[in-house]
Formats: sequence, structure tokens, C-alpha cells
Amino acid sequence: MLHIPTWKRVVIWALVACGVLLALPNVFYSRVEGHNDAAKLMEQSGLSTPELEAELAGWPSFLPSGLVNLGLDLRGGAHLLAEVQVADVYADRMRGLWPDVRNALRAERETVGPVRRLDAVAGELHVRIGEAAGMARAIDVVRDLARPIVSLTGVGASDIDVRGEGDVLIVTLSDAEKQATDRRTIQQSLEIIRRRVDEVGTREPTIQRQGDTRILIQVPGIGSAAELKALIGTTARLTFQPVVGRTADGTASAGVGNVVLPSLDEQGVFYIIEDRVVVSGEELTDAQPAFDQNGRPAVNFRFNPTGARKFGDYTADNIGSPFAIVLDEEVISAPTIQSHIPGGSGIITGNFTVEDSTQLAVLLRAGALPAEMTFLEERTIGPELGQDSIEAGAIACVVAFAAVLVFMWLSYGLFGLFANIALILNVGLMFGLLSLIGATLTLPGIAGIVLTIGMAVDANVLVFERIREELRRARGPARAIEQGYERALSAILDANVTTFLVAAILFTMGSGPVRGFAVTLGMGILTSVFTAIFVTRLIMVTWFDRARPKSIEV
Amino acid sequence: MRLRLVPQDTAYDFFRYRKITSGISIVAVILSLVAWMVMGLNFGIDFSGGTTIRSESTQAVDVGAYRAAIDPLGLGDVRITEVFDPSFGDDKNVAMIRLQAQEGVESVTAETIEDVRTALLALDPELQFASVESVGPKVSGELVKSAVIAVAVAMVLIMFYIWLRFEWQFAIGAVAALFHDVILAIGIFAVLQIRFDLATIAALLTIIGYSINDTVVIFDRLRENLRKFKTKPLVDVMNLSVNETLARTLMTSGTTLLALIALLVLGGDVIRGFVFAITFGIVVGTYSSLYVAKNIVLQLGVKRDWSKPDAGAGTQFGDVDA
Repeated sequence: MLHIPTWKRVVIWALVACGVLLALPNVFYSRVEGHNDAAKLMEQSGLSTPELEAELAGWPSFLPSGLVNLGLDLRGGAHLLAEVQVADVYADRMRGLWPDVRNALRAERETVGPVRRLDAVAGELHVRIGEAAGMARAIDVVRDLARPIVSLTGVGASDIDVRGEGDVLIVTLSDAEKQATDRRTIQQSLEIIRRRVDEVGTREPTIQRQGDTRILIQVPGIGSAAELKALIGTTARLTFQPVVGRTADGTASAGVGNVVLPSLDEQGVFYIIEDRVVVSGEELTDAQPAFDQNGRPAVNFRFNPTGARKFGDYTADNIGSPFAIVLDEEVISAPTIQSHIPGGSGIITGNFTVEDSTQLAVLLRAGALPAEMTFLEERTIGPELGQDSIEAGAIACVVAFAAVLVFMWLSYGLFGLFANIALILNVGLMFGLLSLIGATLTLPGIAGIVLTIGMAVDANVLVFERIREELRRARGPARAIEQGYERALSAILDANVTTFLVAAILFTMGSGPVRGFAVTLGMGILTSVFTAIFVTRLIMVTWFDRARPKSIEV
Repeated sequence: MRLRLVPQDTAYDFFRYRKITSGISIVAVILSLVAWMVMGLNFGIDFSGGTTIRSESTQAVDVGAYRAAIDPLGLGDVRITEVFDPSFGDDKNVAMIRLQAQEGVESVTAETIEDVRTALLALDPELQFASVESVGPKVSGELVKSAVIAVAVAMVLIMFYIWLRFEWQFAIGAVAALFHDVILAIGIFAVLQIRFDLATIAALLTIIGYSINDTVVIFDRLRENLRKFKTKPLVDVMNLSVNETLARTLMTSGTTLLALIALLVLGGDVIRGFVFAITFGIVVGTYSSLYVAKNIVLQLGVKRDWSKPDAGAGTQFGDVDA
């Protein structure tokens, strides 16, 4: 009657063993963490020092080394939610389009007359043409500049919309192109943030896209969100642009095609700069902090071949006139070109401290962000607070665990002990599963574990109570156990499916700590149902086969 | 000798005081709603935007002096509360400083935090900021929306699942019990002015999960008994079902409460609000699955005649596992 086939027994015990083995690294957390870090470092750099070897030997490599990640609230660190200002890129695109539009229209001078660029809202290009009658022709000409875009939704669409209003030609990005651009902008931003954070070399940063235009950045171990913001909040768009003149008036009219930009370190000094980029930071291959000939901090840079050629040609043609090094709409310096600079390398000097030059070099190496970011949410958790939370959580877990174990033993005697073994295995399995999926444990997550410890016995309680009832109906012990399991099954399933639904909703809707809670709750339901239905039953049946009791008391 | 929370065979009449228990529930729900409307909820920064700073120091917290130091910065509404916890020693003094969302910026700027830090350091050189959290009004608005959606979706899904597995009367009863639990929990948050944030929503959903769990187990037995005793009056069958599952109901609530109380006492002050909400919800949830859900099912009545297949409304999924 109470028969469980051998293969089933083997599978159940094998699963339990797997789970416990996967959970094992968490018991030796710091040692395994050292091992993992050392292994990663040695693989990346190929280096091998005695210290690293020792760290590596701290945990045998044939054992699993997956750990439950600790969330920011437990480890300390910084959390930022940034919104990428995707519309910035539209303006850049229009600026880049203007020379082409001008050239195309100039070729049609006879029909459209002289053309002039007008000031317009960001993301739109307004061009006044001399002959309003030639508008139709002008629109056709500019439309020819459009390129088809290939995307899932917008097959056959072109990248710009052109329309005429009176004698003004208006060019904007098409909606399909805007979508495609947004996607690219976010991708690039993600990539560049990742590079910048990696340059600082912290452990396991989380950098992920959220929604359409947002990026979530979590960096454990960093001192404060302000520090993180300084690193990733700067656009670091470096350009070399021709200088028209210098002024003390920030509101001076710059003339069409020019812009007035403030100086980075001289108060009240402004430069009038041509709105034309000779070379930009995208063409840099390297940037390193250095010192200039006067021993002041500076940044050395090197261009790639195309950048070097453009820079070389420009300096050869403009000896004696100044050019500006512009970083994020501020002029770092505006030296005069002394001679032709052919090698493609140079030095940026300015009023830097050593930290400034180091940071600037990091930012230039990692590349510029395609658009600005605003920060919607920032959190800094100190490492001590996290440590306190872990300790408090651990103590609470142990006490809760002990209390439940004693309570179960008092209530159900031997059968309570069976349930207790299952409960202990259950926590092991839960940690194994969490390590396996690389879940992040947060403070609410710890609460989820404690709650699971309390609720995990529910399935066993259901079965035991059912067995008691069957015994009262004067059934034999074997029959009672079997019936108990059979009858309790539907209640166990219904009750746990509904709770699991809730955990799933929390997981999809929640973020951060709440999600951590949902994960532990959900995993806890899976493992507790498994241990109650299979493990406790197996233990019970194994015991029953050995002891062959005439009667049982649950 | 076994520990027993309830005697072996019970025959309590759970419906004898049906009017009273229903009355108590209705009054409690109304009181909670009134408290919610009148006193409002103490929303955390997740929902209202703003900044919270947790400061720790070896020196005692002087709320008045803190306020006097911060007020000149002109940051608008500033709330300062001292945090007490049995686990703190004499040399650990914790305060929470709450700044309102600042005009024109999403999250608070680093300079503002620095200003506050400088102002407080002048007062107490030992002071440290254990955590600084800032949420802009844009995100907080969205968080409110997604929280409300989460709770609503949970309710609907559960109602649908119960309807699928049982009958529509059961689904109504179960969801009414859920409303009862959630509203009472919100009420206690309003009365005690406990901080209401994202974690609280997680707690509410957990309460929903637990309460439904309890309700379902009893319904499951009720369904079984309804088939077994086809002619017994509904109220008797229900009483029987509740009595039969009573030991389990109290046992599970007991172990869960044991674990939660350990966490409530020892888990630290950071998650105390969260754990309190769940603990309260478990107690209320146990009560509501014993009384509220069944009172409503009794009121609505259940189709009893299982012998003749009836293409009646709402029951075609009722015996999906029969």
C-alpha cells in the first residue's frame, strides 16, 4: 500500500542532495566570495600571485560556487534611477543634417532662391528659402536626402519628415526614426554607463533598462549616490571646435551658425564658437591622466586614424588661429594653433586637480553619453546599516526556526520531527534554488524566508490533521497515512497556487526590495510543496517500512 | 503528551453569532475607512516623493536642535523623528529626517544633502548618515499607480481562480474576506500612522496570499462535505467543515505567527513596519476566513443538487476536479 518505487526515491533524494549542495557555498559566504573574485581576476588578467592562489584555494573548485547575491539594503551601496533625455539626440541629428540640406538647396538655387537657417525649437530644422514658389521643389530635394529605415514596425518609412509652411521649410525626424533613435540612445547609454562603472572596478553592479527611457544603476560598495552620479551623470561630450571670438557678455548675439559658450574655469569669460565639430571625443582611442610641461595635471589623448587626419588637416590650415576644446557645452581651454599637429595625439590642459584629470580621462576613455540624464530616484545605504540588518535578520531567522521546530515536535511528536527534517531541508533547498537562479536577497527577502519558515509547515499540518482524522475513523495506520496524503492534496495545491499567484504578481509589478521578497516567497512555496508532498512522505514511508508499527499516533 | 491548540473533536457553532460577527466586521471596515479618510496615511517617500535621511550618532538625538539646524536651509516641510529599538545600545541614537520633494528637481541634489550634513555636523560631530534615499515626484506617482494595479490584479486573479476551482459564491466570499483584511490593515496603518511605502504594499499582498490560503483550505473541505452530506442543511455542513479544519487553521496561524513575532522583536527597526503589517494581517486573515468568507457564502447559498447535471450559470467550472 505504502509503496514508493525505488527510482522515485532516488530522484527525490538526488534533488534534495543537489539543492543542499547548491546551498552549501552560502554557509561559507566570505570564503566563497574570495574564491570567486580571485578566479575572476585571474581569468581576466592572467595574473597569478600567492595571495590570489590562497584566496582561490579557500574553496574547492569542484564544489558549486554560486552565491545568493546580497541586495543593496544588506550590503550597502548606491542606487540610481536615471531618465535618458532621448530628445537631446534629435537636436544633434538636425545639427548634423543642416550642411547636407544647405548643399542640396544651393544646387537648386535657381528655383528656391537663397537659403537661410532660422532658429527653431530643438529637434526641428527651419530653413527660409528665398522663393516661396519653389517650395515644392525644395521639399522634393530635401526629401531625397532621407534614408529608408529598417525596423520591425516601420518598413518603408524614411528617417525624416519634410514640410513647408509659407517660405519656411521644416525638417523633423519621423516618428519611426524617433523610435529607432530612442532605442539606440538607450542602448548606447547602457553600454557607456557599464564601461564607466567597470573602469572603477566595483563588484557586481546592476545596470539595466527600465521601461522605455530609464536606466537603473545599482553599485554595491560605493560610498554614496552623489559619487556614482559624478561618474555617470556627466555626459563627457568632448569636441574640438573653431573659435570665432572671445567676449565677456554671455548674452551676446553669436550670429547664425555660432554659439556662445562659457569658459569652464574663468568666471565671466565666454567664447563665441562655430557650431561645427572638427573632431569629437568619439574619435579618441585613448586618454590618460598626465602632467603638462609645467607640472600641472592634464589629460593626454590620442585620436584614431580618421580623427588624426581631420585634426592634422585642420591644424595645418589654421595655424595662428585659436580653437576650443569643449566639454559638455563648456570651454576647457582655447589654445592657439602653433603648428601643424600631424600625429593625432595631444594634451588637454586646464585648471585641473589630479582627481579631475583622472576622472576626465576615465570619462573620455569610456566615451560620451549620447544624451543627458536626469535622476528620478537615488538611494545610498551605508555598509553598517546593511550589516546590522543582516545580523538582525539572521538572529530572527534562527529564533523563528527554532520556535517552529519545537512547536511542531510538541504538537505532532515523531511526525513533527519528520516535518522538521523536511523543514530544514526546505530552507536548504530554498537557498540552493536562490543561488542557482542568482537571485538577490534583500531585507524584505529575509522577511520572506521567515514567513516561509512559518508557512512551510502548513502542507505538513494539512496532511497530519488529515491522518489524525482518518485514524479516528478507525483505519489502519498505513491506510490512514495514504488517505491523509491523498485527501489533503487538493487543499495543498489550491492554497499554494493562490499564494504563488500573489508572489508572481509581486515579482512582475515590484522593484528592488519588493521583488526580493517576491522571489523568496515564490521559491519558498515551490520548495515547501516539494518537501511536504515528496520528502516528508518518503521519510514517513521509509520509517513505516522499518518499524511496521501496529498503531501510530500523530 | 501532545500540545493541542484545540480539543480533538470540536463542534463549535460558528454561525450562532453570525449577526454579531458580521456586525463587528462591518463596523471595523467602516471605522478603518473613516480612519483612512480622516487621518490619512503616512506615505513614505516611495509614494509622496522626497528624501529620508537616517542618521546615527553616539550622542543623544535632540529633535528640536536638529530642526533648528535644518530650518534655515529653507527646504520646506521637514519632519524629524527619533527611532527607538530595543537592539540599539546607549551609544546608538538614530533619527529619521524627512524632507519634502523639492521644487523643480526630481531627486534631491547632492548639494542639499551636503548642506544638511554640514548643518547637523556642527551640532553633533559624531553624526553619520547611515542611509539617504530620495525619490522624485515623477517616480512616486508611477509607484502609486503600479501598487494599486498590483493589488487589484491580485484580487481579480484570485477571484478568477476560486471561481474556476469552486463556485462563484465562494469567489465572492473569498474576495470579500480579502477586502475586509486589506481595509482593516490600511485602517491600522492610518490609526497608528505607520509609514506606508512600497514594502507595505508587499505586506498587503502577502496578507492577501495568506488569507486566501486559509479560506481556500476551509472551502476545499466544504466542497468535499457538500458532496458527502447532500441533504444536511448548508449551515450545518459549513459548521462541520470549519470545525474539521479548525486544528489546521490555528496550527498554521500559530507557526506563522511564531516566526513573525521572532522577526518583529529581533528583526531590527528597518523592517518593523513591514513585519507588523503582515503579523496584523495574519490575525485578521485567520478571523476573516473563519467568519467573513463563510457568512457571505451562507448568505448567497450554494447549489446543492449535484445529482442532476445542471447547465446553470457560473457552475460549469465548479467541479473541474470532481
